[in-house]
Amino acid sequence: MEHGSVRDPSSATFCFVDEDHTLASSVRFALNQDPRVSFCGYSIPHPSDAKVNIRVQTTGDPAREVLKDACQNLMVMCQHVRSTLDQAVDDYRSNHSDMDTK
Amino acid sequence: MSEQESSSDERMSSEEEEQQQKEEGFSYWNLKDVERGQLPQHIRKQGTRVYCKPDAPTNTETLQYSGSYASMGVDNSLRLDSFRENFRIKVIALDKDKMEFDMIGIDAAVANAFRRILISEVPTMAIEKVFIANNTSVIQDEVLAHRLGLIPIKVDPRLFEYLSANDTPNEKNTIVLKLHARCNRGQPRCTVYSQELKWLPNGSEFAKESEKPDSKPSTYTSFSCGQDSLPEFAGNPISTVEDIIIAKLGPGQEIELEAHAVKGMGKTHAKWSPVGTAWYRMFPEVVLLEKIKGEDAEELIRKCPSGVFDIEDTGNGKKKAIVADSRACTLCRECIRGDEKWEKRVALHRVKDHFIFTIESTGALPPEVLFTEAVKILEAKCERVITELS
Ligand code: SF4
Repeated sequence: MEHGSVRDPSSATFCFVDEDHTLASSVRFALNQDPRVSFCGYSIPHPSDAKVNIRVQTTGDPAREVLKDACQNLMVMCQHVRSTLDQAVDDYRSNHSDMDTK
Repeated sequence: MSEQESSSDERMSSEEEEQQQKEEGFSYWNLKDVERGQLPQHIRKQGTRVYCKPDAPTNTETLQYSGSYASMGVDNSLRLDSFRENFRIKVIALDKDKMEFDMIGIDAAVANAFRRILISEVPTMAIEKVFIANNTSVIQDEVLAHRLGLIPIKVDPRLFEYLSANDTPNEKNTIVLKLHARCNRGQPRCTVYSQELKWLPNGSEFAKESEKPDSKPSTYTSFSCGQDSLPEFAGNPISTVEDIIIAKLGPGQEIELEAHAVKGMGKTHAKWSPVGTAWYRMFPEVVLLEKIKGEDAEELIRKCPSGVFDIEDTGNGKKKAIVADSRACTLCRECIRGDEKWEKRVALHRVKDHFIFTIESTGALPPEVLFTEAVKILEAKCERVITELS
């Protein structure tokens, strides 16, 4: 899954199987926000292969750890989105309880 | 872009400051109207707005890279706590199958991931196999089967498991529906609707042809118990969305079949997609760059087909145009077309991190649950990557 050089763990290419733009673009976003990342990008080598390659180059930290942190951040964001949505839906329901919301 | 020019006349107010600057050498950050650590207003605006010009939109990219503004000494990295502080959702409309909400403070990459997951990766139940015992209608078997496949089934897919290639269909992975419709001779033509599909909680009723004549007759499913005895479905029978026309029968024609629904995802076939559609648009922002009065105001209001502008009385019979409802703007750009002068008077923007998200459910799950499921799926994807890397 990971292609990198043995000597330099700070840059590596990761191949996600069975994934597409959905995950790759979100992960790229999360990676880009990390100040330890000096370069990242993704590509889908061929449209009929369900694969994406994600390239991560860092300023020194191991690319694998940085990628893991990016995924972790994305998960935390998702959890926050979920709780915010639940809250917003509850608010809407309590403000519109006179109407039929079911 | 005259609107972005900040007042420059206050810049160097006193002689001393000027003197000081000469000594230190010029620095942008020493300018009086510049807040330290903040991007200048026009650059901040380019980062957060798409400019819709008459020929094409500009500034469409989002700057994600943490070092985008490093040369200006501004950190563009995302801090989770600032995301938490700024992220907001406001539900605009919600009923049992449609929801509209504003999602503010998130990047397009993630908003688009949610949309893509909603369309193609949130599972539902849909008819996959159709056993046709009799079909004398004019509609061919394969077309009929395809039509049946597209009928949404009102059942929570989370209660079911996927049926994989060498599984036997059982009560946990298959829903069996039966359809028997006939138009008797001498009757007028009749229409078969989706509500005539009847749920068979005990599984298939069609007996398989057995090779050994004296073996126990078996059916196409092997349910170990009736689905109606399960607590989830007791008193809550499985049905399909009503009033969908399946076929029309002439006198003497008949359809008798059994349909087996299984769990699947929209990326395999659109029939498993839980949404009619899910889409978002960026919030439109309409700005009047100068005061528009009298005749021009009336003309502007006539130009806009969506009623974005309104007239305000400024007293003593004078009128001026105001932006009353920028949300209604469809960005048709009608207001900046034609005479060159309008381009200079009206600016159309889209706010890059404010999404008006709309979800139309097909009926299996309510839209707010679908969105929650989509977010969970993205989380699960991240989780998978983390475990594979550990
Ligand atoms: S772009 Fe179209 S809808 Fe929007 S304000 Fe202009 S005329 Fe109205």
